[in-house]
Amino acid sequence: MAAKKIYETPMLDVLEEGPWPSFISGIKALRDNHENQFINDVTSSLLGQLEHSYETRKGYWKGGTVSVFGYGGGIIPRFSEVADAFPESKEFHTLRVQPTPGNYYTTDMLNQLADSWEKYGSGLQTFHGQTGNIMFIGTTTENTQTFFDEINEYGWDLGGAGPCVRTAMSCVGAARCEMSCTNEHAAQRWLVNNFTDDVHRPALPYKFKFKISGCPNDCQNAIERSDFAVIGTWRDDMKVNQKEFMEYVKTKGRQYIIDNVITRCPTQALALGDDDTIQVDNRNCVRCMHCINVMPKALGVGDDKGVTILIGGKRTLKIGDLMGTVVVPFRKLDTREDYEEMVELAEEIIDFWAENGLEHERCGEMIERIGLVNFLEGIDVEVDPNMVNNTRQSSYVRMDGWDDEAVKWFERKAEA
Amino acid sequence: MAMADMRPPIESGCPDGFQYMHPTMRRNFGLWKYHTDPRPGVLCHVAKSGEKIFTVKAGTQRILDVFTLRKLTKIGDEYADGFIRFTIRSNIEFYVTEEAKVEPLIKALEDEGFVVGGTKNSVTTLSHTQGWLHCDIPGTDASGVVKSMMDELIDEFKNWNMPNRVHMTTSCCQINCGGQGDIAINVQHTKPPKIDHTQVANVCERPSVVARCPVAAIRPAMVDGQPSLEVDEKKCICCGACFPPCPPMMINDAEHSKLAVWIGGNHSNARGKPTFQKLVASGIPNNPPRWPEAGAIVKQILKCYKEDARDWERVGEWVERIGWPRFFELTGLPFTKYHIDNWRGARASLNASTHIRF
Ligand code: HEM
Ligand code: SF4
Ligand code: SF4
Ligand code: SF4
Ligand code: SF4
Repeated sequence: MAAKKIYETPMLDVLEEGPWPSFISGIKALRDNHENQFINDVTSSLLGQLEHSYETRKGYWKGGTVSVFGYGGGIIPRFSEVADAFPESKEFHTLRVQPTPGNYYTTDMLNQLADSWEKYGSGLQTFHGQTGNIMFIGTTTENTQTFFDEINEYGWDLGGAGPCVRTAMSCVGAARCEMSCTNEHAAQRWLVNNFTDDVHRPALPYKFKFKISGCPNDCQNAIERSDFAVIGTWRDDMKVNQKEFMEYVKTKGRQYIIDNVITRCPTQALALGDDDTIQVDNRNCVRCMHCINVMPKALGVGDDKGVTILIGGKRTLKIGDLMGTVVVPFRKLDTREDYEEMVELAEEIIDFWAENGLEHERCGEMIERIGLVNFLEGIDVEVDPNMVNNTRQSSYVRMDGWDDEAVKWFERKAEA
Repeated sequence: MAMADMRPPIESGCPDGFQYMHPTMRRNFGLWKYHTDPRPGVLCHVAKSGEKIFTVKAGTQRILDVFTLRKLTKIGDEYADGFIRFTIRSNIEFYVTEEAKVEPLIKALEDEGFVVGGTKNSVTTLSHTQGWLHCDIPGTDASGVVKSMMDELIDEFKNWNMPNRVHMTTSCCQINCGGQGDIAINVQHTKPPKIDHTQVANVCERPSVVARCPVAAIRPAMVDGQPSLEVDEKKCICCGACFPPCPPMMINDAEHSKLAVWIGGNHSNARGKPTFQKLVASGIPNNPPRWPEAGAIVKQILKCYKEDARDWERVGEWVERIGWPRFFELTGLPFTKYHIDNWRGARASLNASTHIRF
């Protein structure tokens, strides 16, 4: 089959050159070789519009309202502003679909998704968008429903779009990484699937994201990119295999070990013995992962594993980028009750934010506005020195509740 | 169709990943012992049980057409064990348990034009956003920028030449949904929005647009007898935040929407705490289809980093050690008044010491 109309694309053609795989060649293949006439035409028109963008350095999509029956979000509507010139792609909506934690697929499942998508869509997709969804890019209003109905029957559901709980993401984690300190799969599904209603029916102040990394390497970028970051960690001693360590010293040399391991520990918790063994000051190790990353055979995470939870990470809009900050320094995440308690904390946070956040204000921005202490009191979490880099530097604060607060601290210590 | 005929959705949410996971990974879930890096693009993980799994990682065009997707699944069936995963940077990973299958798998991928690499201390694929292809607010095309950069950086993807891993990102508006990167290439608008006064009353909810501005530069106003908005151009920081809720606030400009390069964003807690990226260059022309000016700056920074940084130093850690004056000296980039922050918390970024390198 072939497209009814082919547009000249001299600028895009340049992007077919060079050794990296070309998305333009891929779109042209759909235009020229796919057996579905809709795909030929829509991708041809898309190329025409994209070339027009390249020439004028402007975008030509506008939003709108499209959703599937029963849901309020999950579709990114796209209508062309230049549909007169490029009519076949006048509607080019994207469906956001939630992948599994860690983004696992069988080839059979990917083929099945491709089969469905080429019946109803443009044949273009991305694994995955920055929020973590599978993005099926480009179809008509009518076909968003038919495509969704088909894949929903075999296990796929839409993700979030708009002011709602968004699709969550996890690192590869325990499935294939020795650094993992938690079951990222369970954490992600417990959290996000508890809020399915909030994913599909946007009614929050703004977006809310869960991300999970199995260890402080944070391959999932959870601290910076999610409102609720769950990071695996451990609280007993790290594992040391002295024999393997000596092997590293022998092959790499003492100088390398000193320069790249011992002196790079942020809290000076490591020492190299005269006998070429390593000593770890576990009380002062901040679980940064560096030494373990350098010598994964000799060093490893401990046994008493759990998670740290940080709240309020986000990107630029509106007050500037924010990292999440520690709200739960450590909690176990093994039993059903542990997961339930974490979900309750998430509910508590989302409820408080839904009530107190301004329109279009992320959770972290609300915390910035009201102060961490008011937030903690609102969600019923006690203060902890792990929540700060340093204590207060300004004396301009009213402290007449000091004695009561000090008593509370000692009571909590006595209970622990 | 009448409402009653519509099919109600099955609200299944996030699906179970174990059903799609390689059996070796399922069996050894949480029981891995260590890994080695046999060659660029390949990982070998060893479980406590003694079982092994090899991961072969490849870069693709990210915007995948179904033909390319089927090429990948076919390779996955013929040369790997039929199980696949995508990384956060849209690289694809194949899994095999037999070492003998690794080289044929790599060859099959390379024969089809995919690029094997992106592990350890390499430049991995730029993570990117949507751009002109299908977003409604972009100032540039993320896919085109990434294709152009990766054509130039392909050897750095395929080899372990860098002091540590380099994560790059692009964003096609100042919302920056691309996230933090060791090097980030982002749109930077330089002029306030031009307002299409004929449209504001029709399409915008004025109070919410006013509320969206980070510096309170927008006011409701009557223009030509119609309700519209006006912008205090002295206050406006050209961020573009008013544009998504109100398309008549036309921020994108063929000439004045530029690119800026930021460095030192790092998500990991390894050694130092996670860091945000910092501005190094701006005023770079938004120059499709190849963005050569942006590419040249990125390559210059990478060259200096490669030559001067110590093993395991990420880009931001390197600059922290050598200091900003040396960074500008090494890279030849200009230091301007725009590098000095004036946003909230800016004082913390000033040097309040005599720590100066000579
Ligand atoms: C009309 C406006 C917007 C559209 C159409 C839009 C669209 C998108 C899309 C399609 C993605 C990737 C989605 C995915 O991975 O599934 C995304 C990600 C993202 N967007 Fe937007 N966006 C819009 C406005 C905004 C605004 C106003 C902000 C910031 C306040 C924002 C911040 C982000 C961020 C931070 C991400 C990446 C999230 C992550 O790292 O998980 N976007 N956006
Ligand atoms: S975050 Fe930690 S557990 Fe997860 S993939 Fe990265 S190193 Fe492994
Ligand atoms: S994990 Fe980090 S903090 Fe802990 S001992 Fe190793 S290098 Fe030091
Ligand atoms: S960076 Fe901006 S323009 Fe680009 S995809 Fe994200 S929201 Fe759209
Ligand atoms: S571009 Fe930004 S600063 Fe300028 S008026 Fe719009 S929202 Fe305000």
